[in-house]
Amino acid sequence: MRYIQARWEEGDGILEPTVFELGKRGDGGTPIVSVEEELMEEIGSLDEILPENIVRRSINLPGLSEPEVARHFSHLAQMNFGVDSGPYWLGSCTMKYTPKLAMRIASVSKIRRLHPYAPEEQVQGILKALYELKEMLSKITGLPYFSLQPAAGAQGELVGALMIRKKFMDLGEKRDEILIPESAHGSNFASAAMAGFKVVRIPPSDEGTVDLNALRAAINERTAGMMITNPNTLGIFESDVLEIANVLHSNGSYLYYDGANLNAIMGWILLSDMGVDIAHLNIHKTFSAPHGGGGPGAGAVGTTEEFRDFLPIPVISKRDDYYFLDYNVPKTIGKVRMFYGNIGVLIKAWVYLKLLGGEGVRSVSTIAVLNANYARKKLVEMGFEVLYGKDRPCKHEFVLSLSGLKKKYGIRALDFAKALIDRGFHPPTIYFPLIVPEAFMMEPTESDSLREIDGYVNAMGDILRRIEENPEEILQAPKNSAIGRIDDVFGTKKLWLTWKIYENEGR
Amino acid sequence: MIPNSRKEIIARMLGELGLKDVKGLYSDVPQTLLLDRPPDVGKSMSQADVSNVFEREILRRILDVNLIFTGGGIADHYVPALVDELSSRQEFYTSYTPYQPEVSQGVLQVLFEYQSLMAELLGMDVVNASLYDYASALGEAGRFSIRVTKRNKIVLASTIHPERYSVLKTYVEPLGTELVLIPYDESGELSLEDLSSVVDESVAMVYVESPNFFGVIETRIEEISQLCHDKGALLAVGVDPLSLGLIKPPGEMGADIVIGEGQHLGGYMNYGGPSLGIFAIKRRFRHIRQMPGRLIGITRTVDGKFRGYSMVLQTREQHIRQEEATSNITTNSSLMAIRAAIYLSLLGPDGIRKISEKIFYNTLYLKRKINELSCFKTLFPRSISFKEIPVIADKSWEDINKFLLSKGILGGFIIGSRFPELDSEKKIALFSTTEVHTKEDLDYLIQSMREVC
Repeated sequence: MRYIQARWEEGDGILEPTVFELGKRGDGGTPIVSVEEELMEEIGSLDEILPENIVRRSINLPGLSEPEVARHFSHLAQMNFGVDSGPYWLGSCTMKYTPKLAMRIASVSKIRRLHPYAPEEQVQGILKALYELKEMLSKITGLPYFSLQPAAGAQGELVGALMIRKKFMDLGEKRDEILIPESAHGSNFASAAMAGFKVVRIPPSDEGTVDLNALRAAINERTAGMMITNPNTLGIFESDVLEIANVLHSNGSYLYYDGANLNAIMGWILLSDMGVDIAHLNIHKTFSAPHGGGGPGAGAVGTTEEFRDFLPIPVISKRDDYYFLDYNVPKTIGKVRMFYGNIGVLIKAWVYLKLLGGEGVRSVSTIAVLNANYARKKLVEMGFEVLYGKDRPCKHEFVLSLSGLKKKYGIRALDFAKALIDRGFHPPTIYFPLIVPEAFMMEPTESDSLREIDGYVNAMGDILRRIEENPEEILQAPKNSAIGRIDDVFGTKKLWLTWKIYENEGR
Repeated sequence: MIPNSRKEIIARMLGELGLKDVKGLYSDVPQTLLLDRPPDVGKSMSQADVSNVFEREILRRILDVNLIFTGGGIADHYVPALVDELSSRQEFYTSYTPYQPEVSQGVLQVLFEYQSLMAELLGMDVVNASLYDYASALGEAGRFSIRVTKRNKIVLASTIHPERYSVLKTYVEPLGTELVLIPYDESGELSLEDLSSVVDESVAMVYVESPNFFGVIETRIEEISQLCHDKGALLAVGVDPLSLGLIKPPGEMGADIVIGEGQHLGGYMNYGGPSLGIFAIKRRFRHIRQMPGRLIGITRTVDGKFRGYSMVLQTREQHIRQEEATSNITTNSSLMAIRAAIYLSLLGPDGIRKISEKIFYNTLYLKRKINELSCFKTLFPRSISFKEIPVIADKSWEDINKFLLSKGILGGFIIGSRFPELDSEKKIALFSTTEVHTKEDLDYLIQSMREVC
């Protein structure tokens, strides 16, 4: 397959000009409201009302007309690849299709224009939907209590880490260490540190899983807990998870579960059965809310009874048939964002789960895992290398190492990724996890058809053959995207972070 | 929704893997963990049925009101049709963080334009590609100021939105930061006397909102800035970006950090989220390296022939720096930033000025009219107010709001109902007016309030 992305080229090395080049600055634009004359007459000139020292004299925004703005941003959209464009196997990101009904329901005016301080009795519908979502997440995870407040997965991690911190303050124990496997998502380390913990790294076993001996060696009376994701970032199920939980619990420590990889086991395994005490779920990954070019997401946090009293306020509760915002959470960690959460994102998960039902939930994971295993098998047959767990089924994702290609032909994972672009496939996550050299972390989701999976695999094979024939060609990729290979280092060296800075220094 | 869920496809793929059934995919899992049956989240429903249930059980139990005068930090703003249209393009809303810049120039350039437009509006140098919301931006600002100054005290105006205060406390609690609240004067502005007695060489950041929780515009930011800088403290100002069509931006009045709520720029209320956390600083190299969140910069192609965009200074971020990162933020509010970029591009200088004017006029008019009523008066009647108006009543606000609702009006936010520490007797309700309100709407509100008296 071949893919040619739109490329708008102004000339002189510029693709689509910026809005600052398109419109004259400081003047013009599109007023979307008018001020009524009666009001102006009644109130008088604002110049006389506002103190002179706080009045703004110039606004250097560009002035454009509506058609110009429409075309500019349409051009930019055309120069961007989305999930509806094609397979997007970005490992650990679960780039699945968002049912359009979820988009439609989230854009209903009554939801969009709902004020967060509208009286509770007037918003029973939305509270009911959120409460039902919590209940469904509880059924899927086995964790009975949920907060929908965190704005993203990483904020969920922060909430979880803060709850563990507060729990030990409450118990009067001084525990300030969190254990994290070396292969974990970077946000785990950052969240634990933000919550005031010292991070202790657990090296992997030869199998790529948590090394139980290393865990036993690291755990001590200061260990507050451990953060894991299961399956881990290699796409391997941590089969020792019950023993891991046992080691932690018998030390009085807690198990935190990073839900980024839940798409592998949803409907098959309860987190509570694995001994998980607190978990966050990525609504924008597992539960089909779109990623929005980087956000917004939502990170629901679920807990056992033991942490119920520590959840952020308010939690959404129900008394008889009345839904309400419950501020009575005695040991709450407080708030991590205003109001109640990213409702516009959460409502999409409600739609998604209603569409799926229980069987559908399981089927999502089954097919995601089936697709991943199928793709891995085909790729291994072609000669691609899997370093960890090759003799067992992978879960929803798997990690290739392209270090052989690097040695033999000087082709890096980065080069290979760029060659995929020309064939219509969004590249996988590369150089992560760090324990795999030249890592190629691939996550097909349940949204890809067999035809597309075969297409992806064949594109990989095609690139492999081209490398054997003419590696130079791959170093030139991508050729069909809006722009050729980008120089990342140059941008960081220059730090042209706004148009104004660029105008003064870059041109 | 799941293309390969057809039996014959599953069988074919399992066959390729040499497996008898799908359970074989989970043979590596301790079998005691595997559930006998799927979780009980109900039966699968058709699209039409989900639509129906949503309509019947959810939508019908949400109030239908067109005149929203409720204040408290989120307000009913006019969203241009173009913003909805463009931001619903799948290329924008379904894509991920632009890790592969060659196929993601669209999102990268929009976010760069967002940073640039916002920097102009705020009078600041550097804006990140978004944080979650106004409150978490404050939390990050607090932590940022502590990293930069290596001090551990934050001084803030007590007129801060209580929810933001609460979030700040959560964010800095693990650092053991001391928070000092400064009282306000009779005009609702920060008391400079009290501030000057507190700010010394131990203060990392002074934080003031303009407009503050009560809608009061601070008229002495420049003096506050002087006070901070004399002692080496950073000044952070929280703004409503829509006020900046008329009000001098904090960047021009000495602010080192500016944060704010971007929901107002082409976003909906959505029962409080998602929002857009604005985070801006002045351009000091050491500060930029301590910034939280993503940054997009102009770069070029490897062959040097084209101008392009990519994420820069990623070494500050969690996926590289792990526990040494400046923040744990990963997923942010990109789509909201995209909406804000489209909004600001469409409005331009004239549009922004006009919208500021309209909200100022509406606020002034509403305030004046409320004070003419016999049983209501506004708190801080002589202050410069923007959008939010705290109104004191001598009757029960619950009853008044019920009456207003019967007239099709969503009334003020009863401050004491949520924040009893601010108003234990529930005497004050926070109203807000925006550009969506016409004079007729305001007169109708006043007329309805008069009926209560």
